[in-house]
Amino acid sequence: MNTLRKIAVPTAAIVAFLLAWELLVWANGWPNYKMASPSDLGPAFVKYKWLFLEYGWQTLWRTIAGLLLAVVFGVFLGMVMGFSRIAREALYPLLVGFNAIPKATVVPVIALLFIGQHDLNTILIAFMISFFPIAVSVSIGLSTLEPEYRDILRSLGASNFTIFRKIALPKTLPEFFGALKVAVTLAFIGTNLMEIVEPHGRGLGHLFDSGKINADYPLMFAVLIALAVLGIALFYVVVFLERIFAGWAERTPG
Amino acid sequence: MSLPIALEHVTHAYATAAGPLPVLDDLSLEMPEGSFTAVVGPSGCGKSTLTRLVAGLMKPDRGVVRLGGKPVTGPRKTVGMAFQNPVLLEWRTILQNVMLPLEIVGSGLSKTQQQDRARELLALVGLEGFEDKKPSELSGGMRQRASLCRSIVHRPEVLILDEPFGALDAFTREDLWQTMHDLRAQEKFTCVLITHDLRESVFLSDRTVVFSARPARAQRTVEIDLGPDRTLEDLYAPRAVELLAELRREIQIAQGREAA
Ligand SMILES: Nc1ncnc2c1ncn2[C@@H]1O[C@H](COP(=O)(O)OP(=O)(O)O)[C@@H](O)[C@H]1O
Ligand SMILES: [Mg+2]
Repeated sequence: MNTLRKIAVPTAAIVAFLLAWELLVWANGWPNYKMASPSDLGPAFVKYKWLFLEYGWQTLWRTIAGLLLAVVFGVFLGMVMGFSRIAREALYPLLVGFNAIPKATVVPVIALLFIGQHDLNTILIAFMISFFPIAVSVSIGLSTLEPEYRDILRSLGASNFTIFRKIALPKTLPEFFGALKVAVTLAFIGTNLMEIVEPHGRGLGHLFDSGKINADYPLMFAVLIALAVLGIALFYVVVFLERIFAGWAERTPG
Repeated sequence: MSLPIALEHVTHAYATAAGPLPVLDDLSLEMPEGSFTAVVGPSGCGKSTLTRLVAGLMKPDRGVVRLGGKPVTGPRKTVGMAFQNPVLLEWRTILQNVMLPLEIVGSGLSKTQQQDRARELLALVGLEGFEDKKPSELSGGMRQRASLCRSIVHRPEVLILDEPFGALDAFTREDLWQTMHDLRAQEKFTCVLITHDLRESVFLSDRTVVFSARPARAQRTVEIDLGPDRTLEDLYAPRAVELLAELRREIQIAQGREAA
């Protein structure tokens, strides 16, 4: 009953959304070169199904690679800033400044720096755009650990590493996963930014770009939907991992 | 086993942005082995600082803290602590929370023995049946009971309680006092209890030390001669009322509301 509801409610919402979209295009009589409707998407997917699979896979693995890099680097940076006040004071302005730079401006720089290295370029942008929330959340999680938590173990002569492993790390996991959910979306933006801008690129971003060049609106919209599907899938992978590793932080309703 | 605690001419100041903040001023105290000492004093006078010094979490600027005659140079495995905030780990069950110190100190107990020890204490404080619950499923009073169990599970020689009952409602607090009495009858430790509740200090302690305002000195030590079998009713008997009045007077002096 409950599982059925969990699936039925979002499905109904999606169907309603598609119907409204279809209706909007139909009511306005918009031709295909102005706005595609959901019923155009099916044929577009069928027509380009091999490209969708190939490019979809490229986008997916490069996003995940960028994300993994962001997790490793973000957690490391977060730990440094969380444990050392000096590091926090030194790195925060740098980090905020870096994060404030629109990544679209970094894309050509990276593309020139590693010319022709599509995979590396794309992964780098996905990484750069997504490590910030992870670093910040881990550092805040660690630096706001109530001193009593540390004292409980420290008064028994526990090492800093033991305190980190037994208390600080698990206690920071909910914040970490919260940030990871944001980072997933950001990483997709990064991947596509590079894929769209880079000439002779790969991935769904490139497919979108070629749809644009050929004024193939159904293809462009089909790419958007494919991106949304990938984004949702990866998001729920994170939710699943969160349930396993930080499920204790979930408030039981009621 | 329990150890006597001694502070000898302990002076300490914190370095702050506005310069050094003197917190303890030439403080000397003796707490005999197995005794229960309560410390009361104006807020911010340095009571928690005292606990951190005894626990070896900090070194005093001047003077020595001794446990069993030996100077404290750092944290030691034979200290137990509990605070106003029960600081239970939400991802562990109550039983696992209580067992935490045993994982750190290398008690030489097998996993089963560790569990038995934790279960025994949980039963003693009335948490039988809650071993596998998560802290979020327990009330504030129950969490504090679990925190008390954790503070003594490794049989510490010295137990340091920093306002552990301060955030509880009056009735729960009195229940916890009774629990504390039971624990003390069962376990051997020298206890320092920081509190701002005078009735608590009279009900639980052998002697209550009143600290002056910051920088704290031991302004007055009052022997609580009510015997080990005191009950909550005894708090309303003439001798207890007398002690309470005396402590209250001392606090007023400490707060500077009355000339010494
Ligand atoms: N780490 C610290 N750095 C600077 N000042 C501190 C620190 N810890 C406590 N203090 C200050 O020292 C004084 C005594 O603190 P504390 O021992 O916690 O008092 P109490 O427990 O009696 O309320 C307070 O004024 C407090 O603000
Ligand atoms: Mg205090």
